[in-house]
Amino acid sequence: MNRLLLNKIILLLSITSAVIGIGFLFWILITLAYKGIDSIHVTTFTNDLVNGGIRNLLVGQFTMALLATLIAVPLGMMAGIYLREYSGGGKLARVLRNLNDVMMSAPSIVIGVFVYAFMVAPFNTYNGWAGSAALAIMMIPIIVSTTDNMLSLVPQELREAGIALGGSKHKIIIQIVLRSAKIGITTGVLLSFARIIGETAPLLFTSANNQFFTMDMNEQFPSLTVSIYNLATYPDEQSRELAWAASFILTVIVLAINLLGRYATRSKKGK
Amino acid sequence: MEQNNMAMKVENLTFTYPGAAAVSLKSVTLPIERNKITALIGPSGCGKSTLLRCMNRIHDVYSGNKYEGKITLYTRSGEKQNVLELKKENELIALRQTVGMIFQKPTPFPMSIFDNVAYGLKLSGIKNKTELQGRVEKALKGAAIWEETKDRLNDSAMGLSGGQQQRLCIARAVALKPEVLLFDEPTSALDPISTGAIEELIAELKSEISVAIVTHNMQQASRLSDYTAFMYLGELIEFDKTETIFLNPANKMTEDYVTGRFG
Repeated sequence: MNRLLLNKIILLLSITSAVIGIGFLFWILITLAYKGIDSIHVTTFTNDLVNGGIRNLLVGQFTMALLATLIAVPLGMMAGIYLREYSGGGKLARVLRNLNDVMMSAPSIVIGVFVYAFMVAPFNTYNGWAGSAALAIMMIPIIVSTTDNMLSLVPQELREAGIALGGSKHKIIIQIVLRSAKIGITTGVLLSFARIIGETAPLLFTSANNQFFTMDMNEQFPSLTVSIYNLATYPDEQSRELAWAASFILTVIVLAINLLGRYATRSKKGK
Repeated sequence: MEQNNMAMKVENLTFTYPGAAAVSLKSVTLPIERNKITALIGPSGCGKSTLLRCMNRIHDVYSGNKYEGKITLYTRSGEKQNVLELKKENELIALRQTVGMIFQKPTPFPMSIFDNVAYGLKLSGIKNKTELQGRVEKALKGAAIWEETKDRLNDSAMGLSGGQQQRLCIARAVALKPEVLLFDEPTSALDPISTGAIEELIAELKSEISVAIVTHNMQQASRLSDYTAFMYLGELIEFDKTETIFLNPANKMTEDYVTGRFG
């Protein structure tokens, strides 16, 4: 009887914890939707920040995140390929993997400070390049680790089969191994993109923010997340409403990318 | 004249895995006759697969292996070369195109059925589309899988059943017109019907190709092979005609193993 009682207690405890955890998530989502949707108007998407909209902020945030992805994906993938396929799993590989894990959990504000020192301070101006660089630095370790892990799931026999047919190592890696891991790596890229699109700290003093529409990465660059931070601290009601709207839109975007990433994996597995 | 009917010959081969204290193969000598099927039997860990994997140097995917001895490959054109002396990557590639390999688990590549078979051909430098199509069709027919696949050559090979995948892998290897095919327990992941189809196929292949096959299945060895080698703890205990090994073995250990008293 004692064991049955213990069973019930543990079941109750885990259900309570689950409800609390998920409860907070829904609380956030519902609050955001409640406060955000009311503040969204057509002009929110058509006007720039200076006129009470977020058009330039969306474009700016995506530009920086896409540029960061363009830098981080090739670099991270090549590093991951080195770790899994060429390093032989020796001491160097172990050190690199550990360092990569450390990088992955590095506080994003520290990355911002680092980039500030090298790409902002010397030029005396906040700029979009610095924002992209900071985001790329955040993204690279995630891509390295995803690539490394996804390649480790490709059965060794597949590599041997390719070699046994007379392939050279690099051809087998590119044409067969990467192809087998394609879905997993794509998902990883999407999820890491979702991760950096919502970052504030690395942009706070690298790209900073811009009220006007611009594609000139040499100057202060519009950022959605930094704007939310700024707008929320302004005293006027209008700014705070826009902050709610922007937060809601950002959440929807991140959620959509996440779901896309997960859906892409699932539909493949079902095949 | 003996060499005319010889495809490969392993002589005094000793092999050590990287970092291992003990050798995995101890001075093994084994002939692989042309257009015959040679079966390697023995309990798990006796070195059958290790020996097979020496013969196309697939061990070299990982560095640090130590070979001693000699493995001679007698090509149809009458040349002979010591497989263990090859060093450059392109020499090893040429070896693997001559000495193909089929693995335990089917290993279709994540591409279409056609591309799977064409892959090795493309690697060997064939680009002409008509020639590719001809060779792919011939290989699929040769591996007795043409009828099942001719209407869906562009479908993913991952959609085939396990037995079909294994025959596709054989087609892929046959397409390169190898002289020797090494089978590493090719049916141990398959059901009896697929196993029967693969065995039939291997028996047909020997008119063109010399075969070495590792198997855990004693019936398979006795049904299929012309010669059988019994290995134990890295040593080749006995090699003879399959009939002799199963009915009248010279060594007591061989007799105990084939009659199921140990192993």
